[in-house]
Amino acid sequence: MNSTVSMTHPPSTPVGAVAGWRGLVTDWSSDREAFHVSWGKAMMWIFLLSDTFVFSCFLIGYMTVRVSTTVPWPNPSQVFALNVGGADVPLLLIAIMTFVLISSSGTMAMAVNCASRRDRINAAALMIATATLGETFVGMQAFEWSKLILHEGVLPWGNPMGAAQFGSAFFMITGFHGLHVTVGVIYLLTVATRLLRGRYEQTGNYQIVEIAGLYWHFVDLVWVFIFALFYLW
Amino acid sequence: MSSTGQQHPISLYLKVWGLLFVLSTLSYLVDYFHFQGYLRGGLILSFMLLKAGLIVGVFMHMAWERLALIYAILLPPLALLALVGLMAAEADHTFITRLLFFR
Repeated sequence: MNSTVSMTHPPSTPVGAVAGWRGLVTDWSSDREAFHVSWGKAMMWIFLLSDTFVFSCFLIGYMTVRVSTTVPWPNPSQVFALNVGGADVPLLLIAIMTFVLISSSGTMAMAVNCASRRDRINAAALMIATATLGETFVGMQAFEWSKLILHEGVLPWGNPMGAAQFGSAFFMITGFHGLHVTVGVIYLLTVATRLLRGRYEQTGNYQIVEIAGLYWHFVDLVWVFIFALFYLW
Repeated sequence: MSSTGQQHPISLYLKVWGLLFVLSTLSYLVDYFHFQGYLRGGLILSFMLLKAGLIVGVFMHMAWERLALIYAILLPPLALLALVGLMAAEADHTFITRLLFFR
């Protein structure tokens, strides 16, 4: 068969192919594996890749407004200082938040380790510890936001310290990250509850813990970038 | 690889945890001691990339995944570096225009 023939006579539909919506679903799920990991894990990685692009666009937008403004950028080191015993300690709350989130990543890594040994009680306990640390982080963020809005007068459209874009970039980036942490806490608690109820006992497949762990470590990863590029820069 | 996932000793996670604490403390100290200029930027970026590498490599087990998955996830973000370059040039241009006409 030469190319002209195949152009004028396209190959007919393969035998056994289903038409319509069922066909669409069958075609997209016809057991083709590229990555040799479970579909859940591959899908979580691909979701995290897309999330990387969302967060990066926020951070690049922040870079653009910060470079292009002629008004001085407020000094984050002073804006986020915490008064301890009469002295201002720069970025203290942010440092504590960073350590809390890293610790939650540590407990999550151990939860994944327990789950891979099918130790579901310890895995669930460590996941609840992770969720608690995550909730602590969100609580401290709420404190930081209210301090910033009520005491420092930082609003999305302006602030007394300098460039107005400071507020919009700050609330957008940390707000979207805080939303991710909150969703993560709910996700982790859901999986931990299912673990405790023995939902995965029958199949003996505890990979859901590893997949939830991927999401949680990603939230920590994003914070590493926000901490460096927004707070420290 | 078994269906239950990867198996690594707990001590590895504890070491990485400790290392992340040290790196975070170091990047905090960069601000605390008021380092400025290229030194500040370089140190902040280095600590950031080291931490990111540890989290993705060890905590997310990327170091032990197959090459196909590693490339599928780690190569596309390189396109973002192009966007960073474009927007940096654009922002510089906007800044200069503002200095010339709006001051």
